[in-house]
Amino acid sequence: MAEALSLLRSYRRLVGAKIRSDWQYRASFLLFLLSQTAITALDLVVIVVLFDVVPSIGGWDITEVAVLYGLSGLSFGLGDLFISQVETIAVHVRQGEFDRFLLRPLPTIMQLSATEFALRRIGRTVPGAATLVVALVAADVDWTVGRILLVPVTVASGTAIFGAVWVVTASISFWTVGAREVANSFTYGGGFAHQYPLHVYARWVRTLLGWIVPMAFVAYVPAVRLLDAPNPLGLPDWLAYAPPFVAVASVVVARAVWAAGIRAYQSTGS
Amino acid sequence: MTRDDQPVILCDGLAKSFTVRHPAGLLRRRRAEVVAVDGVSFTVGAGEMVGYLGPNGAGKSTTIKMITGILTPSGGRVETLGLTPIRQRTELARRIGVVFGQRTQLWWDLPLADSFELLHHVYRTGRRRHDENLAAFVDLLGMGPFLATPVRQLSLGQRMRGELTAALLHDPALVVLDEPTIGLDVVSKQAVRDFLVALNRDRGTTVLLTTHDLDDVERLCERMMIIDHGHVIHDGGVAAFKTAYGTHRTVVVDLVEPAPPLEVKATTVTGVDGPRQWLSFDRRQTTAAEVVARIVAVAAVHDLSIEEPEIEDLVRRVYTGLAADPASPG
Amino acid sequence: MRLLWEVARRSFRRWSTYRMATAAGVVTNTVFGYLRAYILIAVAVAGGGRVGGWDEATLVTFSFLTQGLIAGTGAFGESELAERVRTGDVVVDLYRPVDLQAWWLASWIGRSAFTFLARGVPPVLLGAVVFDLVVPPDAATWAAFLASVALASGVGFALRFCTNLTAFWLLDNRGVDQLVTLVLAFFGGLLLPVVLFPAWLEELARSLPFAAMVQYPAEVFMGRHDTVGGMIGVLAAQAGWLAVLVVAGRLLLGAATRKVVIQGG
Repeated sequence: MAEALSLLRSYRRLVGAKIRSDWQYRASFLLFLLSQTAITALDLVVIVVLFDVVPSIGGWDITEVAVLYGLSGLSFGLGDLFISQVETIAVHVRQGEFDRFLLRPLPTIMQLSATEFALRRIGRTVPGAATLVVALVAADVDWTVGRILLVPVTVASGTAIFGAVWVVTASISFWTVGAREVANSFTYGGGFAHQYPLHVYARWVRTLLGWIVPMAFVAYVPAVRLLDAPNPLGLPDWLAYAPPFVAVASVVVARAVWAAGIRAYQSTGS
Repeated sequence: MTRDDQPVILCDGLAKSFTVRHPAGLLRRRRAEVVAVDGVSFTVGAGEMVGYLGPNGAGKSTTIKMITGILTPSGGRVETLGLTPIRQRTELARRIGVVFGQRTQLWWDLPLADSFELLHHVYRTGRRRHDENLAAFVDLLGMGPFLATPVRQLSLGQRMRGELTAALLHDPALVVLDEPTIGLDVVSKQAVRDFLVALNRDRGTTVLLTTHDLDDVERLCERMMIIDHGHVIHDGGVAAFKTAYGTHRTVVVDLVEPAPPLEVKATTVTGVDGPRQWLSFDRRQTTAAEVVARIVAVAAVHDLSIEEPEIEDLVRRVYTGLAADPASPG
Repeated sequence: MRLLWEVARRSFRRWSTYRMATAAGVVTNTVFGYLRAYILIAVAVAGGGRVGGWDEATLVTFSFLTQGLIAGTGAFGESELAERVRTGDVVVDLYRPVDLQAWWLASWIGRSAFTFLARGVPPVLLGAVVFDLVVPPDAATWAAFLASVALASGVGFALRFCTNLTAFWLLDNRGVDQLVTLVLAFFGGLLLPVVLFPAWLEELARSLPFAAMVQYPAEVFMGRHDTVGGMIGVLAAQAGWLAVLVVAGRLLLGAATRKVVIQGG
C-alpha cells in the first residue's frame, strides 16, 4: 500500500512535468483540445441525425442509445487519457528508445503513460460525460441505491477494460512494428461499436468485440439492466454486476501479455 | 549492499545470438542466426574503472544491455551487483546508472533542474541524500549557470554534464557509460573526465565505459577490455596492452640528403618523405640500439628518433587483425 | 513529364513495401465497414426497409465503399509535405527545376494508385463475403466510377496540398489538419451517407468540396445517378472542385514561396 502510494506520487510528478512542457505550446494545445472534443462529439451528432430519420435503432430509443454513447464514450475517453499512451511503444521500439524505460525502477506502462501523457485528450471524455448525465436524467430510470452505484462502478470497470484492450493491442508492437494499425480495429472500433446496442450486430461481431474482447461489459450489459431496455439477446439480470470482475480479469490478462511482450523484446532487442 | 569481495559485474560464458529475417522472394523470409556475443567471461570488482572497446558491431552494446537487464542472454551467466539483471531488473535499475551518449534521459522542454527533481521522484531517493548529491554535482560540473535553462537549449557539453548527473543522483554502485565524450569540445571532455575520476576516487563508484576515444581510456582506466566478433580479445592493464601489442617500433631518420629507401636488416621502410624515412622493426627480433647502429653504418644521418606506438594505432591494428601475435602474453 | 512518371512510379513502389501496414489497414477498414453496415441495417429496418431513399443493400454497399475510398483519397490526412516544411527540407523541393505542386501530385498519384488497389478493393471484397452488394449495372457506370475515383483522388490531393501549405505560416499545422479531417468526415459522408441528413444539411454537404471525395464516387458506383446527364453532372462537380482547389493551392504556393524568398524560410 505504501509502495502503491509512493508510485502514485511519482506518477503525479511525471504527469505534471509533461503538462508543463505541453503548456509551453499553448495555441497548439488548445486547438488540439478543441478538435479532440469535436471528434468525439461528432459521433453524437451522427446518432442525433439517425434518430431524426428513425424513432429507434434495434428497438432502443434515443435516450437509451445516448446512455450507451455516454458510458462507452466516457470509459473510452478515460482509457484514452490514461492508458492509450502505450500505443507509442511502436515508435519507441523502432527508434531504440524503449531501453530507457527498462533502465528505470518504475513499471513500464506507468512510465509510458506519464511521459506520453496528453492533457488535450481530456476533450474526449467531455461529450461522453455530459451525454451520460443528461441521458440518465432524461431516462425513465427507477433509481435504487444499487442502480446509482452501478454507474460509477461501470465507468471505472469500462475504463479498465478499454485500458486492457489498449495494452494488449499495443503489445503487438513488441513482436512486429508494422501491424500496429490492427489495434485500431479493437480500440477505436470497439469504442465506436458500443455506442449502439450490441444486438444490432451479427453474431460474429458480438462474439469478437463483445465477449472475447469483453467490451460488452463497458456499456451494453449494464445499460440493459439500468434502463430495462429491450433485451433481445436475453441477457440475465445478474450479468449487470459482472463488469468489475471482467475488468479485473482483463487487467490480469493485459499485464501478462505486456510482460510477455517485454520478454520478447528482451530476447530480440528490437 | 555489495560485499567487497563480490564482483560488481560477473560474466561467465555470456553469449547472445539473434535471429534475423531476410526477405527471400515475395512473402517468405529467410532466417539466419547472428552471433553478437560469443562466450564472454570477465569480472569487474568494486571500485574499478574499466574501458570497454571494440569496433561497431563487435558486441559491445549487446554485452552492456545484458549487464543492465535490457537483453536476455542466450547462453552463459551474468550477475550485476549480485543480481540477475533480467529477473531483478527493477531492483537493479535502482542501483545502477546508465548514460547513453546519443540518447537523452532529460526532459527536453523543461529546465535542467526540473529533470533532476523528477528523477528524485523516479528513483524515490531520500530527500536529504538527493539534495546533497545534487549540490555536490552542480559544484563539481559547474552546472550552476544553466540549471534554469530548458534542456533543448543546452549545448552538447552542458547536456552531457546533466546526463551524468541524472545517472548518478541516486547513488548507483555501478555506472555504465556508453560513449560519454562523443562530440564534446575539449573543455567539456576534460570536465567529464575529471568528474569521473573524482567520482571513482571519492565514492568508490565502479565505472564501465565504452568509447571510441582512446584518450578517455588512457586517462581514466587502468584496465581495458577489447571485444571483437563477440570475443574478448584483450583484458588487462593499459600498459600491458601496449607491451603485448606494441611489438613494433618506428625509427624516424633524417638523412643528410634524399635517398632511396634504406635497406637495413630486420627493418622495413614504411614511409619516405624527402630526406626523412620511417623504418619499422619488431622489438622481439632486434633492439633499437642494433637498428640505430645498422642505419648509421649504411647512411649519412642528420637526426634520428624512435617513436612509441600510439595506443590508437595499436587498437586499430588489433581490430583489423594486424596484431603481430595476439597469443603472446603481455 | 518523364520525370513526373518516375516520381509516381517510385511513390507506388515505396508504398507497396509497407506490406504489414497495408494488411493491418485493410483489417481496420473492413471492421469499420462491417460495424457501419450493421448499424445502417438496423436503421433501415426501423425505417421500414428504406431510409433517405436508399434500401438496405445500398446502405451496406456504401459502408464498405467509403472504407475503401478513405485511404486512396487521403481522407484521413496526409502530412508529409507539412513535415518537410517544418524541418525546412522543403527548400530543397522549391529549388528543384520542377513545379512543387506537380511533383507532389505525381507522388500522390503513385501512392493513390497503390492504396486504391491494395487498401481500397479488399474491404469491399471482404464485405461481399457476407452481404450482397450493389454493383454497377453496366460498363458505362464502371467507366464513370473509375473517372469519379480519379477525380476524387485529385480533389483529395488538392485539398491536402492546401492544408499542408498552411505549415508555412503555422509551423505546427496538425491542428488545422485535424479540423479539416473532422469536417471532411462529417460532410463527406464518411460517417453517414449525406442522404440521411435533414434536407438543409444535405444541401449544405453537397455544396461543399468534401462530398466529391467519397460520397460522389460511391453514389456513381451504386448507380444512384443513372442518367447520362446525372453522371456528367456529378463528374463535372468533382472536376469543378478539383480546378478550384488546384488554383487555391497555386495561390498559396506562390505566397509561401515569396515568404521563403523574403524571410529565408
